[in-house]
Amino acid sequence: MGESESENEAPKVKLRPIVRLGMFLISHSHLLSVVCCTAGVLTLLLLPLLAKNTYISENALMPGSANPMLSSQEVSEANGLVKDLTSLDLKRMASGIESQRLIAQYMSNLGAEVSFQKFYPQSNQFHPLHFFSSPDSATIRENISCSSYGLNTVGIIRAPRGDGKEAIVLVTPYNSEKIGLGEALSLGIAYSVFSLLTRVTWLAKDIIWVVADSKYGEYAAVDAWLRDYYIPVFSGLGIQNAEMCHGLEENTIRERNMRDGFKRAGTMAAALVIKVADRSEQFEDSLSIYAEASNGQMPNLDLINIVNYLAVHRQGLRIKVEKMWSLLNCKWLKILGEILESLGHLAKNLNPQWKFGIPAADYVEGTATLTSSLYYQALGIPTGPHGAFRDYQVDAVTLEISSRVSSNNKGRQNDFLLRGGRLIEGVIRSVNNLLEKFHQSFFLYLLTSPTSLYAHANNLDPSFEKNESNHPASAADELGITLRSWKWLYAAKKVLVVHLWGAVVLLLPYFICQIPNCTPTTSFVVWVLLSIFSLLILFWILGSPFSYVYASQPQQREWALLKSVTISAAFIGLCLMSVINFATAEIGALLMVPMCLMAHPLKLDVKSRKLRNFSRVACNLALGFIGFPPTAFLVFKGVFEGFDGISVGDFWNWLESIWAWSSATYLYIGMIHLPCWILCIHVILHPC
Amino acid sequence: MAHLPRRTHSILLILSFQICFSTIFAVFGSVFFQEEFSEELLLKPLPDRKVLAHFHFETTAPPLSTSHGRHHHLFPKAIAQLVQKFHVKEMELSFTQGRWNYDRWGGFDPISSSNAKPPGVELWAVFDVPKDQVDASWKNLTHTLSGLFCASINFLESSTTYSTHEWGFHPSSGGLRYGTLPREAVCTENLTPWLKLLPCRDKAGLSALLDRPSIYRGFYHSQRLHLTSSEFHSSGVESGIVLEQALTVVLQPNSHKMSKTFSSETKLQPSWSLSSIFGRKVTGRCILAKTSNVYLQLERGLVTGLENLQKDNMITGPDHVGSGGLKDNPGFELSVRPDKMFKEVNSLHGKSSSILYEYSIERYSVFEPFDLGLTWKFPVVWSCPRAPLHSSRFLMGSGNQRGTIAISFTSTDLEEGFLSANIGEESCKLQADIFQVVPWYIKAYYHTLRVFVDGQPEAITNVVEKMHVSPSEDKESPGVMELVLKFPCAVKSAALTLEFDKGFLHIDEYPPDANQGFDIPSAVIIFPNFQTSMHYLEDNSSNKSPMLSKFQEKSPVLSYTEVLLVPLTTPDFSMPYNVITITCTVFALYFGSLLNVLRRRVGEEERILKNSASKKAGRLPQLLSRLSAKLRGKEWEPPQSPSTSSSFISSKLILKVFIVAGVAVFWQYYSE
Repeated sequence: MGESESENEAPKVKLRPIVRLGMFLISHSHLLSVVCCTAGVLTLLLLPLLAKNTYISENALMPGSANPMLSSQEVSEANGLVKDLTSLDLKRMASGIESQRLIAQYMSNLGAEVSFQKFYPQSNQFHPLHFFSSPDSATIRENISCSSYGLNTVGIIRAPRGDGKEAIVLVTPYNSEKIGLGEALSLGIAYSVFSLLTRVTWLAKDIIWVVADSKYGEYAAVDAWLRDYYIPVFSGLGIQNAEMCHGLEENTIRERNMRDGFKRAGTMAAALVIKVADRSEQFEDSLSIYAEASNGQMPNLDLINIVNYLAVHRQGLRIKVEKMWSLLNCKWLKILGEILESLGHLAKNLNPQWKFGIPAADYVEGTATLTSSLYYQALGIPTGPHGAFRDYQVDAVTLEISSRVSSNNKGRQNDFLLRGGRLIEGVIRSVNNLLEKFHQSFFLYLLTSPTSLYAHANNLDPSFEKNESNHPASAADELGITLRSWKWLYAAKKVLVVHLWGAVVLLLPYFICQIPNCTPTTSFVVWVLLSIFSLLILFWILGSPFSYVYASQPQQREWALLKSVTISAAFIGLCLMSVINFATAEIGALLMVPMCLMAHPLKLDVKSRKLRNFSRVACNLALGFIGFPPTAFLVFKGVFEGFDGISVGDFWNWLESIWAWSSATYLYIGMIHLPCWILCIHVILHPC
Repeated sequence: MAHLPRRTHSILLILSFQICFSTIFAVFGSVFFQEEFSEELLLKPLPDRKVLAHFHFETTAPPLSTSHGRHHHLFPKAIAQLVQKFHVKEMELSFTQGRWNYDRWGGFDPISSSNAKPPGVELWAVFDVPKDQVDASWKNLTHTLSGLFCASINFLESSTTYSTHEWGFHPSSGGLRYGTLPREAVCTENLTPWLKLLPCRDKAGLSALLDRPSIYRGFYHSQRLHLTSSEFHSSGVESGIVLEQALTVVLQPNSHKMSKTFSSETKLQPSWSLSSIFGRKVTGRCILAKTSNVYLQLERGLVTGLENLQKDNMITGPDHVGSGGLKDNPGFELSVRPDKMFKEVNSLHGKSSSILYEYSIERYSVFEPFDLGLTWKFPVVWSCPRAPLHSSRFLMGSGNQRGTIAISFTSTDLEEGFLSANIGEESCKLQADIFQVVPWYIKAYYHTLRVFVDGQPEAITNVVEKMHVSPSEDKESPGVMELVLKFPCAVKSAALTLEFDKGFLHIDEYPPDANQGFDIPSAVIIFPNFQTSMHYLEDNSSNKSPMLSKFQEKSPVLSYTEVLLVPLTTPDFSMPYNVITITCTVFALYFGSLLNVLRRRVGEEERILKNSASKKAGRLPQLLSRLSAKLRGKEWEPPQSPSTSSSFISSKLILKVFIVAGVAVFWQYYSE
């Protein structure tokens, strides 16, 4: 009988293999999504293992091929500057202008062109209309008082035989009101390099040294200078104002020239921000590299590589990259690392060419670095003044050098200046060698250690696997209901309305900010209340068609439709976000994908009273709890930093910092994550 | 046969007559039209502790009609042929490395306005041919020069690189073509052919000073070739061809690093001598040269500074009585006593006038080389005369889509008296002409031109008096903008902005180093109301030096702006590889499925399927069939027929394979 049936049906049912494969996948969508999700998470955990060693892909850079020319003579000159600056600080009588004048004097004695750049602090106010564009400089100068301005000092060395088309920028932020020893030392390092570069013959690019006045923040000063460099305003409203309140007696014509002219030099090839940490290290001199700019943009990897190569192999500095320190003591991570290590050993025994095992300690360290790299990229906030350069497509890194002991010892300080200066000299020399702009190496990557990376090019796979897992699930849900009846349209409408609400929630903080004397906690509470209120209003206004739908079609499949549309929306949102900021999408997918896939009405589960259903209920509740952005933030903060002293106000502060830097993560949270969470909760609590 | 010797005799006679005649003619000719060569060197201390050396060689050839046809005595034949072939009326070619610092090295003297050139190669030429042949002549000229000077001047042949103008840059109308190559690297390979044009090359005379390492170590290096010929136009006196070769270098004297005291007042200028800056001495003149002089110029500012110093000294020590200007000046000491001293006349610019010392090097030889040295005794600080407005050009905006070119002018605070001398009339206007060429891929929108004067936006009609724009054509011609601006005299700062879009190039139009960016050549800024001319009082005007007479010529103050670098979008040049890979994959898939369809025999397949369904066996095949049934979307049916021997063997085989593999793994694991 069976034979006859197959005989009859085989020619008809015979479909193309691809279609058959698709149907097979759809019919097993649950299993498939679980497999994909776990595969994605596993790959993320395996990333430290899969990371590759970095290499310098641009041959023209040739780091360390020349002997450093920086000698003790420059260092002793730099020491003079450091001494003068610190004595200025000791005197206290000197206003901020004195230190700038001193630095300018030192610069012009080297034969550099010096100019001052005055800027006004810019309040970090959230303005919804200016989210994507930096606020108009005309609007900044609304209320400036004469006393409150910062003064950047800019020195430029023209390359002797260069054509002046390109420039390398050195930035040393320092607080003109109170100069710490670290800041003075960073100025000293930059000065020693600068004085060397005025004499060398190999210079092909101009050197700009920006001494940024970090009275109002390092980023603000550098950003103000860059804005004047790239988008100067000619119709100066502020000019007369500035002229009126000079407050400085202009001694010589020369000084006035310095003040008037904003000096420029060509297209910027790269920028280095030099800082010296005030804290001292225990064991050896070390160097921290900060590279994350706004929205997780990274400088070209070659730049980090040169710094790393020169610091480790030439100057003997220990390189540190930011880590999640709390992860280092994680038990389960260690166990995982050990398992992976033994697996690696096993594999190596089987075939000596399989070398994927790394020691457990390295694994844990790599994971900690990776997590921190992922987090800072996802946050979308620049980790230093170098972020300002990235906005103008200039590759930049911040180098923070910290010395072994507090450098009171004179010889020790000289050695420190010499090493720091030689490192900077080497990097500048490498960039100077470069004929073209940085274009050879990666610019989308996660660092797992200073010498290894994980390039996003390879990294795209796991997360897309995760994302892909959405599709089958949604398709499976839709399969039950015929697509041709336009029922899913109502669900889509609902999803759209919730996303609109997300946009409204995003705008609310602007109004909450206007309320004077608000503690973070109260503003957060106000925000939550207002959001709920607006949600209710939206449902009241636009919700009537839905109620009609509910009434007319009492169907239990409504939640399935809603779930599938939610999953599609989440998929689209994650895809968009992965283009803008991959790390955000990655973390978001970790939280959101399981939540969206697991969502199932509680009522149905409770009714059926099976172990499987109860476990699903538990999962749903846990995921729903962790998926809510504030709780997710607080839980992670608690896990990493300890639970004491945590308040909901922290979330408000965190969010405030995100929108102040106009990070796309803010948009992601409001427009994608929160609506999807609401919809999932809606599905979970669906009255079937 | 007998009259043959007579005939030879007569021929000889005629020949000798001819020779006699021609020599007489030549002697007569030499009085009026003889080829002449002169070599001069001007040295000038610069305010920022550097020294300017300006070599000036001039060769003149009489007009063709009065000379011996194509034969030349001193004049380089290559140049003469070039002039005749392409009918060049005037031409200037310059090779430059480094930037002229208009603030520190001066922008208001004949040297800076005619010898400060943009980096790379600049070429302009005026042709005396009908308008439709100008382009052809230009192309041929670029190729000839390219061969002559070992440079890639032939890139100027393409119509996207050169431009024509109506007015502005050069007063001549019609057949002028102008082109620059900002990226051309300049080195000795360009200097050697340039020196070959000199009659003594670099073997004797002043040009022997040109030690390659020392002149290329300098801060600025510009070799220039200027050619004027009056062969082809009837108007005026026929002066033949004048070839003017100038080499301007700015060198840093090797000074011992002085103890740094951080007050600029007490810094002594570095002392130098010819042997210390060039590493060589002058061992005599080029014998073919008519004049061979070395000059030392002291600028007005320096002279004023020295006079002040002298006054101070007179106050402190009355025994130092300055007599005859600065002959016994206290500021510095010269190792060789000058032969003559000139003072600038008619200087309306300031109180003091610049001073020129002349050394004639005719009396020096190998045994007694000329080595001029200058030793500073007291520190002097002075500044150079600068152009009325300091101009700089820069790019605004970021990103790969659009940008803005901005030219900003800042007043250089000229002395009051100087400006007031020019004011005269009521409505005092400061005229500045701008000539700017942009390549076609910089799509400048000329309607977006905006002008700001002293920080206030101005209507264009108020400032721009005359404007000529020829928009660029894609892959055809560059965009040219010529402007005549009239600023009020009291202008402090002014700015011009012009927006542009960045264009796309075709993949094969990218240069090999496309990621470096693309250059916008320098703009030329001319101040026609300000003439640079230096008139030195000379005792006898008959023996006039060509360089000094060049200085006397009135020429407008001219300055070049910076070269700009525009990063354009560049394709990923490894893309072709990716495209090939993907295309191949697609083709493979397509042909694979096509072949599959073509060679499929449906009936046969069904029969095989039926057969295989009838014989079922083993756990693995069972699983497989279950999977395939799933794939087909049917209910799986357990096989009815018991396992046959063949399938049993196959499962056994698989088992064996597994066992062998396991043993191998085990062995490998424990053998180490």
